[in-house]
Amino acid sequence: MYSTLLSINFDWLLLIEKAVLIAIIISVSLLVAMYETWGERKVAAFMQDRRGPNRAGPGGLFQPLADGLKLFAKEEIIPNSSNRFLFVLGPGLAMLTAMMTSAVVPWGSHFDLFGRHISLQIADINIGILYIFGVVSMGVYGIMIGGWASNNKFSLLAAIRGASQIISYELAMGISIIALLMITGSLSLKTIVEQQQTGHYYVLLQPLGFLIFLICAFAECNRTPFDLSEAENELNFGYHQEYSSMKLGFYLFAEYVNMFISSAVMATLYWGGYDVPFLNDATFGQAHGQNLLATLQVVSLFVKIVAFIFFFMWVRWTIPRFRYDQLMKLGWKVLIPLALFNMLVTGFLVLLKQNHWHF
Amino acid sequence: MGITQILFWVLSILALLSAILVVISKNPVHSVLWLIAVFIAISGHYILLNAQFLAIVNLIVYAGAIMVLFLFVFMLMNLNSDTEPQKNKWLKIAGVVAGGSLLLVLVAALKQADMKGQLAEMNKGDIGLIKNLGMVLFQDYVVPFEISSVLFLSAMVGVVVIGKKD
Repeated sequence: MYSTLLSINFDWLLLIEKAVLIAIIISVSLLVAMYETWGERKVAAFMQDRRGPNRAGPGGLFQPLADGLKLFAKEEIIPNSSNRFLFVLGPGLAMLTAMMTSAVVPWGSHFDLFGRHISLQIADINIGILYIFGVVSMGVYGIMIGGWASNNKFSLLAAIRGASQIISYELAMGISIIALLMITGSLSLKTIVEQQQTGHYYVLLQPLGFLIFLICAFAECNRTPFDLSEAENELNFGYHQEYSSMKLGFYLFAEYVNMFISSAVMATLYWGGYDVPFLNDATFGQAHGQNLLATLQVVSLFVKIVAFIFFFMWVRWTIPRFRYDQLMKLGWKVLIPLALFNMLVTGFLVLLKQNHWHF
Repeated sequence: MGITQILFWVLSILALLSAILVVISKNPVHSVLWLIAVFIAISGHYILLNAQFLAIVNLIVYAGAIMVLFLFVFMLMNLNSDTEPQKNKWLKIAGVVAGGSLLLVLVAALKQADMKGQLAEMNKGDIGLIKNLGMVLFQDYVVPFEISSVLFLSAMVGVVVIGKKD
């Protein structure tokens, strides 16, 4: 299926297929992020015995649309003394890095449509997990550039707080992932999901590693109890203090997209990804067709993601914010030693298993 | 012209342009941001050479960690062009002479190089894939690799110990 246009050779159908897939995944991420803001308020209301948003539409379902409209209609203010270009680049970068991680997450096995074998993963690269780390480590720049370009002391302090928090927790996260990689022997997320399809989810083999990863994910997403970069009693409104209109919306939205994607990554790495629990995928696929199976798999992954998102919100409305020194102490003195211990024990057990449980 | 060549030219132009902007930017924060762009472009080149692991580690370590530390320092130092002290004229001249000599040496060295026989294999070759890299590191170079990893680990523990002043 090669055609030549301007003497550039590539598979145009593959390009269209991937473009459609990317468009779908980005719109779904945005839609999920929109309804996360609604869900967050509903969950908060539920926990505090209130009703939550209930004016716009049935059950307040149109609230996110109203919020979006409000943000678009607000006056856009760019501080006089700040760097205009970087000031606009900041929120864009935050959104970009939040979206980019979704490229390596397998959302399902594959569809058989129009005689084509359509994989529900944008790119199955053999360094999937490292790619996620690369994008997460670039995510710091959205916060830092925005905070610096605001030309405001509070913004700068908040940006530095946020960045050092993300760098510190990246270490523990990386080491907890190494323990998982020792078991899987592969960095491709698709392979990791396929290995878990027997029903032995990696959370059973790596409970401590999962716990460390979960805590670090909270810190990386800047969620309570680790939302030190927007601690309003110390820093007014954090690194996005000078932002207004949709640029502020982008920062707030990027947090929810991050939450969605990190839930997807956690579900993929530790909870079997798109694997449908208590179902033999191969025989079901033969009996009822691949397309139905793939649909079920996507639904299964989304149920897991929604459960994680609910957990994120549950924690936010239960645990108060840490103090900054407590945050750093937890990251460096508790999580990193624990992760190292987990890595050593895992390495020892993996070696022992290769040796058929003989010393 | 295949897609590999188009990507090669785009990345090369991006890398060179950003590298020039690193040098000529007045504001040090802008220089750092352009340097990040250079790293991203170079990572793209690594991917074209099928060295995916190197590409992503270059992003994580250089663009993601070291450049953040650079940014920390520059943002906190409050460097503006009007507070910048005037540098000694002779220092500037010395810098130009030193840089020019380096360029001369590099050009002289590269002039003799056999370019035709050393063409990089674009988009093929598997030496940079993580599996082969792991084989090489853990079989041929296992002792240096382990020693350096223990060194890194001790540096990390050292940071925690230094931070534990109370």
